[in-house]
Amino acid sequence: MLGSLLIVFREVMEAGLIVGIVLAATQGIPHRGRWVAGGIGAGIAGAGIVAIFAGALSQALSGNGQDVFSATILCLAVVMLGWHIVWMARHGREMARDMKAVGAEVASGNRSLLAMAVVVAVAVLREGMEVVLFLYGIAISSGTGPVPMLIGGILGVFAGAALSWALYRGLVVIPLNRLFAVTGLLVTFLAAGMASQAAALLANDDLLPALGYDIWDSSWLLSDGSMLGRAAKALIGYSDRPTGIQILAWICTCVVLTVTGHLVRHRTPAKPRGAA
Amino acid sequence: MRPALALTALVSMIVATTATAHAMDPVRLEVKDHHFTPDHFTVPAGQRFVIELTNHDDTVDEFESYDLKFEKIVVAGGTISVHAGPLHPGTYKFFDDYHPDSATGTVTVTEAP
Repeated sequence: MLGSLLIVFREVMEAGLIVGIVLAATQGIPHRGRWVAGGIGAGIAGAGIVAIFAGALSQALSGNGQDVFSATILCLAVVMLGWHIVWMARHGREMARDMKAVGAEVASGNRSLLAMAVVVAVAVLREGMEVVLFLYGIAISSGTGPVPMLIGGILGVFAGAALSWALYRGLVVIPLNRLFAVTGLLVTFLAAGMASQAAALLANDDLLPALGYDIWDSSWLLSDGSMLGRAAKALIGYSDRPTGIQILAWICTCVVLTVTGHLVRHRTPAKPRGAA
Repeated sequence: MRPALALTALVSMIVATTATAHAMDPVRLEVKDHHFTPDHFTVPAGQRFVIELTNHDDTVDEFESYDLKFEKIVVAGGTISVHAGPLHPGTYKFFDDYHPDSATGTVTVTEAP
């Protein structure tokens, strides 16, 4: 039971950290709960569908289907996080200044919420597929003790969700005028980490040049296999022995998102009018 | 959604245009009753190589290694291949993430002649 709890918890934790950040980053945008919940629901449904086709997916694109699929949805999430950063650059000031007098743009922040719902869906889909396949494997196994293992798995889901909630509650303790600066940074690192994971997946299948292996080895300090290492991977794309392309993708994403955010912020008047 | 389409097109383009080359034949492994056969093999240092894994169990497995940096689902009866290396001499672990207590194995990397 403990074994399956840990396996499921690890996967749910990785998605949960992302959901926690999204919840904090969308603090104060009306109806965000609905969108985040929709993202989680879509992610779970998607995970089930992808799990059914897992066999076909592995055979697709000469055996690289799984990695190309993961890399594609990760890139989609990166674009959506970028979209959120641009949106916050336009409206974040307005939101942080006076929550009660938010403009109509913010009140109908549906486009930014759609982007974040996609990010949540991608996170839940990626990790959820592994949970679904794992629990399905237990459910159909004729071996001993599928019930305790299933219970362990379900407890793992709850533990992961609790961690996600704790991260969110921990973040929103930050005063609102500082919160968006912090979540902006977290979202940027999240996007950079996703871009570098996508690059790692494609480079591992030799679909992208690796640009050097084992650029550093920090496994003595924080191993990819440890719980903390996995959390760091989910949050910022940490790898204990990264390839060159991972580092390049990470830096490029950080630079592009930071520069874009600054440009938008400086070109946007304090009280934006017209279509965003 | 448009960004999704554009991304898929971009990724497919990269897939189509990048060639792969390996110096060695694939290392073939099987997993049965949640044990790898063989559960140990040797490769030379500094080379990329492919591991082909066939799953003879009736459950889905996740072939994974933190040391070798791969993670891939293999369905019941399915065969997958993963790429690894180049590696420094040493011993590296791999496992089935869904049955980590029984399905484990190691790779020894030896100094190339």
